[in-house]
Amino acid sequence: MSPLLTFFLWSLLKCVVVTVVLLIGVAYTVLLERKLVGRIQNRWGPNRVGPFGLLQPLVDGAKLFLKEELIPGNVYKPLFLIAPIIALGCALISISVVPFGGPFTIWGSPNLFQISDVNFGLLVILGITSIGIYGIALAGWSSNNKFSLLGALRSSAQMISYELALGLSLVGVGMRAGSLNLRVIIESQTSNKGLLSWNIFGGMQFFAFFLYLMAAYAETNRSPFDLPEAESELVAGYHTEYSSMKFAMFFMAEYANMITVGCVATMLFLGGWTSPFGNLVPMPHNTFLLGLVQAFGPIMWFVIKVFSFLFLYVWVRGTLPRFRYDQLMGFGWRVLLPLTILNIVGSSLWFAYHS
Amino acid sequence: MIPISWYLLLSGALFSLGVIGFLIKRNLITVFMSIELMLNAVNLSFVAFAHELNPVKGQIFVFFVMMVAAAEAAVGLAIIIAVFRARATLAVDQIDLMKL
Amino acid sequence: MLLIIFILFAGLCLAGAINLLLQTHPINSALSLIVVMVSLAVLYLTLGAEFLAAAQVIVYAGAIMVLFTFVVMLLNAGKEERTLGSFASWSVGFPAVAVILAVIASVLIKSQGLGTVHLSDKITSTQELSAMLFKELVLPFEVTSVLVLIAILGAVALARRGDGERKGGQ
Repeated sequence: MSPLLTFFLWSLLKCVVVTVVLLIGVAYTVLLERKLVGRIQNRWGPNRVGPFGLLQPLVDGAKLFLKEELIPGNVYKPLFLIAPIIALGCALISISVVPFGGPFTIWGSPNLFQISDVNFGLLVILGITSIGIYGIALAGWSSNNKFSLLGALRSSAQMISYELALGLSLVGVGMRAGSLNLRVIIESQTSNKGLLSWNIFGGMQFFAFFLYLMAAYAETNRSPFDLPEAESELVAGYHTEYSSMKFAMFFMAEYANMITVGCVATMLFLGGWTSPFGNLVPMPHNTFLLGLVQAFGPIMWFVIKVFSFLFLYVWVRGTLPRFRYDQLMGFGWRVLLPLTILNIVGSSLWFAYHS
Repeated sequence: MIPISWYLLLSGALFSLGVIGFLIKRNLITVFMSIELMLNAVNLSFVAFAHELNPVKGQIFVFFVMMVAAAEAAVGLAIIIAVFRARATLAVDQIDLMKL
Repeated sequence: MLLIIFILFAGLCLAGAINLLLQTHPINSALSLIVVMVSLAVLYLTLGAEFLAAAQVIVYAGAIMVLFTFVVMLLNAGKEERTLGSFASWSVGFPAVAVILAVIASVLIKSQGLGTVHLSDKITSTQELSAMLFKELVLPFEVTSVLVLIAILGAVALARRGDGERKGGQ
């Protein structure tokens, strides 16, 4: 086979596998959230379908697929139909630059654990996230409903405001790695010290990690910043008029965004696929076992880190009450943005002193 | 392989479409969008020439154009909101008195 | 390969720009402008300007156009009446556009010295750009940041209601 054809086939295969895994991950993140929030609120959560409610996502999916597709009379149809596609599409595309494991070549595939290795991967993720705003904004506008419109206005204002803080909180990481390539950023955190060489500890980005966390909660419209869909004020916000599959697309987009944000936090602050123990745990001597560990160990660490991030997401949701809208904007512009700028100044001084 | 002149022709065509939009559109926001289209067309020709002559400096020029465009968009949209508050209309034919 | 990409995205650009003119509702115009901007970002990539491609998407499509749609939604701008331009635009504007386009096209078609774009062309790295921006061009950069600050202040001053108006309104 010609190199171009091989490349094309490998890319197709990787796209399919990553999409399927991501969608399954989305379904089970929903289950994780329902279970955990249930436990936090001292109840069981879903436990009827399958052992421990493990088949609940399948049943939920079937329910949403089979419901009647309602399109209200006075909506602006083209945008009403295209909005959920934009939201879900942008949420799924941004995972394409994420490296899930170390460089691993097999049968002519350049990078087995990453769909595309681009030089400006970090900017790609930020750009696609910023396009994702249109999904929510257009959904609210085209629904021709005042609650939807208010939700959409809130979300676009909120996402523009917090996008700044989100982008600026990542500058320190880029400075330490000297690159925007996600693979290079992760490799800048690999040294024998394991946990201590990660950006969050070794790169003095502890502060930046918390700033990123707060901005990311707002950017994905999650509690305590879930004002665009605040049910006590806005019915359901931007997706009030949506039903069945189109509602499910917004729902999936939200959870896919959570997973992407978790992946970004893992890659930029928690060392990506690297083990927290560094070289402290000896590698097995058996060649077969060594190959197995080298292939699947990184993916295991990556999944564990993303999972713990999702756990934190749900924990915060179960703990904190929702912000008021003026508090949200004030927090974003008056507290978070100056703090991120201070963080940039501080970490650039630190790096200048140490280089 | 593609000749640079194709990019420049595309840029010229986009610029002309922007000017035509500026002339025939009657909504203040759309007129403003036509101006953004013209800025984008100019950016494309900058990048095309940068590919030809001096990649780094040419691209930095585009970077500055983007910054100025962002500032311009913020102020322009604020003006549009102020005009709408005073007149309750966005039609350019009805707000040509140059006073609020 | 490159030819296909160019034709596809140049076509999208032109289609988006024409759609911007034909649509009567501002939000449709805004969406077609977003299509133009994103396909321009792809064309920047073919020209080896990867940082600019990302900046184009983040700044133009992700921030400026969101502001536009935000204002369209906020002011609830309805359909505009379709016109064909005023007397001045017919007598001066359109002929001038036609002449400029014709001159540019004829010059470009006759030109000899212009090079070509290949897929294997050198990509300008972000490092080169930042080295130039923060070392050699640091003064223009600072001046532009002051400009942006002034723009922020201007926007806040313009968009906020005056005190008298607020008293009158309430």
